[in-house]
Amino acid sequence: MENARKLRILVAKPGLDGHDRGARVVARAFRDAGFEVIYTGCHQTPEQIVSAAIQEDVDLIGLSILSGAHTYSFPRIMELLRENDAEDIAVIGGGIFPLEDIPRLKEIGIKEIFEPGAKLQDITEWVSNSIRPRRAVVLNR
Amino acid sequence: MDIIELIVSGDVRTIARILRDIDDEIPSARDILRELYPHTGNAFVVGFTGSPGVGKSALVDQIAIKYRKEEKTVGILAVDPTSPFSGGAILGDRIRMQRHFLDPGVFIRSLATRGHFGGLSKSTNDMVNVLDAAGKDVILVETVGVGQDEVEIANSAHTTVLVTVPGMGDDIQAIKAGIMEIGNIFVVNKADREGSRKTVRELMNLIELSSRNRNNGDWDPQIVETEAIKGRGIDQLYEAIEKHKNHLRSAHTDKWREVLEKRARIQLIGAIRDEALKTILERIEGHGDSLDEMVQKVVDKESDPYTMVQQILDREFK
Repeated sequence: MENARKLRILVAKPGLDGHDRGARVVARAFRDAGFEVIYTGCHQTPEQIVSAAIQEDVDLIGLSILSGAHTYSFPRIMELLRENDAEDIAVIGGGIFPLEDIPRLKEIGIKEIFEPGAKLQDITEWVSNSIRPRRAVVLNR
Repeated sequence: MDIIELIVSGDVRTIARILRDIDDEIPSARDILRELYPHTGNAFVVGFTGSPGVGKSALVDQIAIKYRKEEKTVGILAVDPTSPFSGGAILGDRIRMQRHFLDPGVFIRSLATRGHFGGLSKSTNDMVNVLDAAGKDVILVETVGVGQDEVEIANSAHTTVLVTVPGMGDDIQAIKAGIMEIGNIFVVNKADREGSRKTVRELMNLIELSSRNRNNGDWDPQIVETEAIKGRGIDQLYEAIEKHKNHLRSAHTDKWREVLEKRARIQLIGAIRDEALKTILERIEGHGDSLDEMVQKVVDKESDPYTMVQQILDREFK
């Protein structure tokens, strides 16, 4: 029964960056791969992103960022997930990152970074292979 | 705390997780729903329905602000369509509701129809029960953008708000059966657009005609003009919803009981249908022809759907 679960993914753009074409294209690719995508659009604070991810019970957060502010927003999102006991929600990033930042982002727990030129199929396949829906809640009595 | 206590006390993570289990039809979710049921019955459920793009999400966003000002806690269930091809979905109703993301008094959940027709997901009523048990004072249910015949919301909500915009078809559209009949409140959104007064007049005609068959003391549907993105008309919409609520709950009628009975009946029938179908389909795989084999026989005219159904019923319910 549990393998029939549908993956839920939040696609969001943190910070002051209104260029969401990439995020929309990836959201669409996720839809076509059979995932449920919650799309919250641009100008999200880390707090808004984590709150939405928890309420929507997603398995994965996909962050799209082109502004260079990932050095603030990504660590903050990871911190908030920890504070809310939600570290089981995986986080990936897509957009433009200086090469030397990528190992640092992975160090703080970002599962994967997709740079310009990443193929949609590679992204959806990575998700299918790497992300498993969580287990059911059971009555603990 | 155990799971039930966590949900009843409003623990966001647990609520979010059980909603997912319900959506995924995990069997253990039913045990939890059963335990939650005694805690339900306090929330008022308002449904918002209408064609795609009329502004349902923006209205839900605005009316949620109003309820928050009245110090009510709010649960929002917003339904968007599932792709019939991939089974995936893009759920975008939250975009219009961002101002509530950090308010602990508002819980928003986006749902996909997952192949269910009628304007809601199959799981919506159970999810309403969870948010009700979790202590939300008001639950706002936004249907998928509907056409003419998706009237399920009328059986889930206590008050149904039908949202339209100026220029949505002529007066003939208004006398058709179906969606136009279920509104307790009609909203003409985007009322700054040309033709708003005309749309209001057409709705008034519609209501006037149907009220001739109405008994004294029945509800007179209200019409409200709004401009959701500017917050105009939201107070009037709020008043109209309150008025309908008071009408239902008025002490000298049985209306409230009738509404509760209607919802309970529909939900019970739905649950019986789902469970019976699931059980029968499971048993078919164990006995005689598989579903695929039956399909082959029907296509090849070796049998027909009517005989097949009778055989299954005779076998399962003897």
